[in-house]
Amino acid sequence: MRGAWVRMATVLTVPLLGALVGCSAPTPAGGSGASEESASITVFAAASLQHIFTDLAAWFESEHPGTSVQLSFAGSSDLAAQILAGAPADIFASADERTMTALVGEERVRDTPLAFATNRMQIAVPPGNPARIGSLADLAREDVLTVICAPQVPCGAATKDAERIAGIRLKPVSEEMSVTDVLGKVASGEADAGLVYVTDVLSSEGRVIGVSFPESQQVVNTYTIAELAGSSNRAAAQEFIAAVMGEKGQSVLHAAGFGPPG
Amino acid sequence: MTTALGVPRWVLVLAAVGAAFVLAPLLALAARVNWAEFLDLVTSESAVTAMSLSLRTSTAATVLCVVLGVPMALALARTSFPGQGVARALVLIPLALPPVISGIALLSTFGREGLLGGTLQVLGIQVAFSTAAVVLAQTFVALPFLVLSFESGLRVAGTRYEAVAATLGARPTTVLRRITIPLVLPALLSGAVLSFARALGEFGATLAFAGSLQGVTRTLPLEIYLQRETDPDAAVALSLVLVVVSLLVVAVTLRTPTRVPRPGLRPE
Repeated sequence: MRGAWVRMATVLTVPLLGALVGCSAPTPAGGSGASEESASITVFAAASLQHIFTDLAAWFESEHPGTSVQLSFAGSSDLAAQILAGAPADIFASADERTMTALVGEERVRDTPLAFATNRMQIAVPPGNPARIGSLADLAREDVLTVICAPQVPCGAATKDAERIAGIRLKPVSEEMSVTDVLGKVASGEADAGLVYVTDVLSSEGRVIGVSFPESQQVVNTYTIAELAGSSNRAAAQEFIAAVMGEKGQSVLHAAGFGPPG
Repeated sequence: MTTALGVPRWVLVLAAVGAAFVLAPLLALAARVNWAEFLDLVTSESAVTAMSLSLRTSTAATVLCVVLGVPMALALARTSFPGQGVARALVLIPLALPPVISGIALLSTFGREGLLGGTLQVLGIQVAFSTAAVVLAQTFVALPFLVLSFESGLRVAGTRYEAVAATLGARPTTVLRRITIPLVLPALLSGAVLSFARALGEFGATLAFAGSLQGVTRTLPLEIYLQRETDPDAAVALSLVLVVVSLLVVAVTLRTPTRVPRPGLRPE
């Protein structure tokens, strides 16, 4: 009886531990020979690319039968940290150059990263613009509750640049961890204004409205993409990058509000 | 190792696996600390500001938990009213809710566009983005710990001494002050310590409800999350500080007996 219990405990525990350990190792891609050219690539992409890359991956899969695209979206620096920790990814699409450069420095990138899109900042205000925001300088007004990104995250670095160019100093009520947090505070009406990207305003579908400001022309955020050194499916990875750089990718990016690279 | 009566060996094996599962990440964290710069990292201006804010808000939240939680526990343990079971379940909801949801719920209540937002605005009170919002978020998530702990303390203590005191002519408030609270004090203390620990670790509700600004709303967990972006060494060092504080909290709680072994004042 006791032996049976030991066996049962072992039977229950071993696969559990195996599953836990297995999480860190890359799993073989695709089904077991269901299709002769079944392949899978894993793409790590900045959170702001979620809609675009989801569409693009579906299109890519229809164009390349047998190839499946696994997508993982998060903040660029989160993804870079995962890649440095050995996460199995074939492609990395970063929302800023700094994060990609760090990966290049660690020799985790196979080729020179390619710029594939640009993004500009815009002021987001709640529908109706209750605080009557018309310029970047308005965000520094005493009666305006302004929310920006913390300087440690990419959108915060861009905000600092915009402040410097405009020659103003914002006194935000909050420095958020991500651009989506800024968007959330404005959309909920808690804040009167926030600094986000043009594409964030477009993807909010009316929950916030955008106010453009001239200084944003000088603060351009460049998105870069590269195949990673650990890539296990080089051909498909290169084809996916080509799709992003090509006509299809560029038209989807343009429709979402992204600017052309360089 | 002495095996207690009737504990099969495979239980101990699983227990060891469980212990390793809890301990390994903590040791791994300690191993990643850059000890050469540890002191500089944890005494940087932003770290000290965040730590002091965390201690102040968590203390305030704990006081609020005691002030509100003790009456709630008394109402649950010492009275009976229709729907009491439902009430108890509702009190415990913040335990089960993902903290971000708690933050959104608080925003829907105290936010500018929230249920009480108009009233608060008339009174000239701006809750969101203030230190008060941090305290509210922490109290919301920590309150169930105090209620649970105090209520079970009350149930274990029983009502015999209270009944005797009442028959001797003590008024309800006197009974509460002189008999009930002293009798259940250990449960109150451990509940308060647990609430403090929960408040100290609060992240999601604060981020969603209060925002993040140095010295105003950026508590230690938020500071750690932010530092991780640019200075992983600082994030790891500060994480270790929080782990040590948590260990102290656990140690204090474990040292507190659940009942007061006082001669002549033992239940049963």
